[in-house]
Amino acid sequence: MSQSAVRPTPASPTPEGGHLLDVRDLHVEFRTGEGVAKVINGVSYHLDPGETLAVLGESGSGKSVTAQAIMGILDTPPAVIRSGEIRYRGRDLLKLPEEQRRQVRGKDIAMIFQDALSALNPVFGVGWQIGETLRQREGMSRADARSRAVELMDLVRIPGAASRIGDYPHQFSGGMRQRVMIAMALAMNPKVLIADEPTTALDVTVQAQIMDLLADLRRDLDMAMILITHDLGVVAGVADRIAVMYAGRIVEHADVHSLYRAPAHPYTKGLLESIPRLDVRGQELSTIKGLPPNLMRIPSGCPFHPRCPYAQQVCVDVVPHDLVLGDGRTSACHFAQEVRDDSAR
Amino acid sequence: MTAPASPTKVRGETILAVEDLVKHFPIRQGVLFQKQVGAVQAVDGVSFELRRGETLGVVGESGCGKSTLARLLMRLETPTAGRATLEGRDLFSASGAELRRLRRNMQMVMQDPYTSLNPRMTVGDIIGEPFEIHPDAAPKGSRQARVRELLDVVGLNPEHINRYPHQFSGGQRQRIGIARALALRPEIIVCDEPVSALDVSIQAQVINLLEKLQDEFGLSYIFIAHDLSVVRHISDRVAVMYLGKIVEIGTEDEIYERATHPYTQALLSAVPVPDPEARDQRIMIRLTGDVPSPADPPSGCNFRTRCWKAQEVCANQEPHAVPRAADPHPSACHFAELRPTP
Amino acid sequence: MSDFETVAASENQAARRGPSGEPGAPNQVGVPQKPRSLAGDAWRDLRRKPIFWISLALVVLVAAMAAVPGLFTANDPRDCVLARQHAGPSGGAIFGYDFQGCDTYSRAVYGARASLLVGALSALLTGLIALAVGLLAGYFGRWVDAVLSRVIDIVLGIPLLLAAIVLLKRVNSDSSTVRISAVIFVLAVLGWTTAARVVRSSVITAKEQDYVAAARMLGAGDGRIMLRHILPNALAPAIVVLTIALGSFIAAEATLSFLGIGLRAPAISWGIDIDAGRVHMRESATPLLVPSVFLALTVLAFIMLGDAIRDAFDPKLR
Repeated sequence: MSQSAVRPTPASPTPEGGHLLDVRDLHVEFRTGEGVAKVINGVSYHLDPGETLAVLGESGSGKSVTAQAIMGILDTPPAVIRSGEIRYRGRDLLKLPEEQRRQVRGKDIAMIFQDALSALNPVFGVGWQIGETLRQREGMSRADARSRAVELMDLVRIPGAASRIGDYPHQFSGGMRQRVMIAMALAMNPKVLIADEPTTALDVTVQAQIMDLLADLRRDLDMAMILITHDLGVVAGVADRIAVMYAGRIVEHADVHSLYRAPAHPYTKGLLESIPRLDVRGQELSTIKGLPPNLMRIPSGCPFHPRCPYAQQVCVDVVPHDLVLGDGRTSACHFAQEVRDDSAR
Repeated sequence: MTAPASPTKVRGETILAVEDLVKHFPIRQGVLFQKQVGAVQAVDGVSFELRRGETLGVVGESGCGKSTLARLLMRLETPTAGRATLEGRDLFSASGAELRRLRRNMQMVMQDPYTSLNPRMTVGDIIGEPFEIHPDAAPKGSRQARVRELLDVVGLNPEHINRYPHQFSGGQRQRIGIARALALRPEIIVCDEPVSALDVSIQAQVINLLEKLQDEFGLSYIFIAHDLSVVRHISDRVAVMYLGKIVEIGTEDEIYERATHPYTQALLSAVPVPDPEARDQRIMIRLTGDVPSPADPPSGCNFRTRCWKAQEVCANQEPHAVPRAADPHPSACHFAELRPTP
Repeated sequence: MSDFETVAASENQAARRGPSGEPGAPNQVGVPQKPRSLAGDAWRDLRRKPIFWISLALVVLVAAMAAVPGLFTANDPRDCVLARQHAGPSGGAIFGYDFQGCDTYSRAVYGARASLLVGALSALLTGLIALAVGLLAGYFGRWVDAVLSRVIDIVLGIPLLLAAIVLLKRVNSDSSTVRISAVIFVLAVLGWTTAARVVRSSVITAKEQDYVAAARMLGAGDGRIMLRHILPNALAPAIVVLTIALGSFIAAEATLSFLGIGLRAPAISWGIDIDAGRVHMRESATPLLVPSVFLALTVLAFIMLGDAIRDAFDPKLR
């Protein structure tokens, strides 16, 4: 990977000395005909300028829904934001009127998705789509928007950008389409880029190219990035900090090195031990027993307790709070110390 | 029922041999009077052997032909050319009763647990269907018991025999698919991306199940996947495919530690490793460009358009997968050499 | 449309899938449940829809009229006395009398039988033709499909009413049974194409599913694959189309009878009465309105029922 060392230091101070983006105690439910699914249950995380935060979780963990809440693109209904704050540069986005919210979207915070093909409109050329935001929101002329689109396509390393600007999405390969979507997200110079499973649909060699590109862009354009993924390998390659989500909660939060060295939540520990590794031979795959919970019937106490090898009666009765372990690490487990010590061994 | 070809089943003997397998899908043009204007060369001269009790991993990126290979072996597609012998019997010339007998010996687990089970059949009907098609596999009275036993073997509750597929999670559905594949007691199971649609924490459960079943029933697996870590974990030998050809084949160790083909090396170097300490030490080989279209593959070596070692000879002469000086396992590269260790 | 809206639209689908539809998220963990089929799920869905209940109630009402008209009226529809011509409501005749002095309401009630018989039997016959043609064309493809699809195109190109008129003109018998059979036959022969197309396309979709490949790999033959795996998955859309078609067949029967080439008096049918009512509309509109409203409500009921069932079975909403 071309990105050198970890970069935890903020590049520029934010107003009021707070974080660039600060999600506080977010609660989101989905109200459907069959009942209420508690998708997000008190998620808090923050992002500082210039850093990469990975939000790791399996399907149903709420990792994407949190991002959609930040972007303000949650479908309401069925989604309902019960409580919480999403502060960007100190302003609570959830309290802003839609008009101002739209100003933030794209200009300050932009997002890219797993499925580039369905995110792009098949009947327009890619250059036109990249330039659309610029024409509509910046009031750029067609010619200016077009030349800016070529610049952006160059920036995301699409070969022969100027000659491909009129091409349609289906004329691009999967990796190239992902680049087009990244170019689109970068059009307004956002300060925060949310990448939701950006490489899941891609082949491994292309995945490496895209992750490289994202890391380089983040550094060169001085953005902060939230990388949402289920892939522990991808996270290890680029993230500074990790928030691990399970059943709509952040169960562990740590810097990437300490988390991989010694996970302090049984779920993280289980995940790390259950993935086969390219660089380790003949390893035994341990498994996490059971299945993720139904979000309409989240288990009492710690939602992970039915699958947890450490579970005791207290786990059934009491919801564990974030236990601070030093170095800014937290783990929502009654036995966090013990788990971490076991992992380190 | 005829007796098996080899009464004594020796672990390690060749059970399936594939020679020069070719599948070209014709590209046709014209509405009324179609004429063939080209062909997608999905599988283009693939040869390998599968030994009894082993797992042969097949890796490659999308479009390399690995899934077509699986469909050919399962006789879902008709090959354009090539031979395959399953325990000495010709797989591709068989038809009718002979083919049905061969099918009992080879089954497949498919990728998508959501489309591979008929939504209108109960789990009992799905797993019991093999016995209806092959009535001699289990006497009528014992079928229900066999289905329950199979559910138990794959780690599902036998009481759920009357449930429908949509009442199960992805991982559980994949177990149902495995139970169906096991019903006829085949010797070979082709696994086509069996865990790639599953969540991380569920993948390990299914991989462990497949390993357990292999030990228990002496199965041979052809394990097709794009995830090189999973393939390394489960495979004894590995074949690497690129644009319809096997570019390198060898033991797990030969491929993962001593790869000599540049494509294999690039592929391995690109796999993300869940270890942040390694991120600065690993040197990634960056491949440029995209995979060429299988309808119009490059001349000579089909990897040459993306290869940093490519020379004149690569365009003129196709390299064959033969043992190379650098390491004695087959590698289809004129310039096969070990990757220098950093 | 900004890129964010595009993006939001694509993401909404993911969000909708969110809580229950995601892979790995079990629907029922630890809760003992009875087996639920897809049809069972559709039923649970239907149960909550008022439109389903309203249309079902109407259909049941019309079916009951057709089966036991005596339940709804005590008057004989053939008891016509010219002295009562266009007389107002009296006795059981809540809508008064028509030109012939027959009970308008009673005739409308008794008219349901012919309409429903023609509608249901035409739909059934249509269904059989459509299933056979659609299944063969969709499953075997190639030249079978080419031939059958052209046949569908040709039949579809024939205007239903025009062809029905041409064909029925040749039927000279005045026997009610003969005329009803002729109408049913003509409607089915001309009306099966839409349903056949629907069956064909759902067969093609089902044929490509992995579970069909799985059955093939187990050694299942064409017959088993068609009957066990493809037909059950192609049936639901066909039933929906046929329910809607049933409504339009009833309308077509009324039209043909109105034109005098479908059923004929002394048979009782809404179409015949609408025709008769039309002639004397100026004197009294009720004899025209009552059968028209019965007809419209019945057709509407079947179309709404078909729509509701389609929504419930639509896999995209599952």
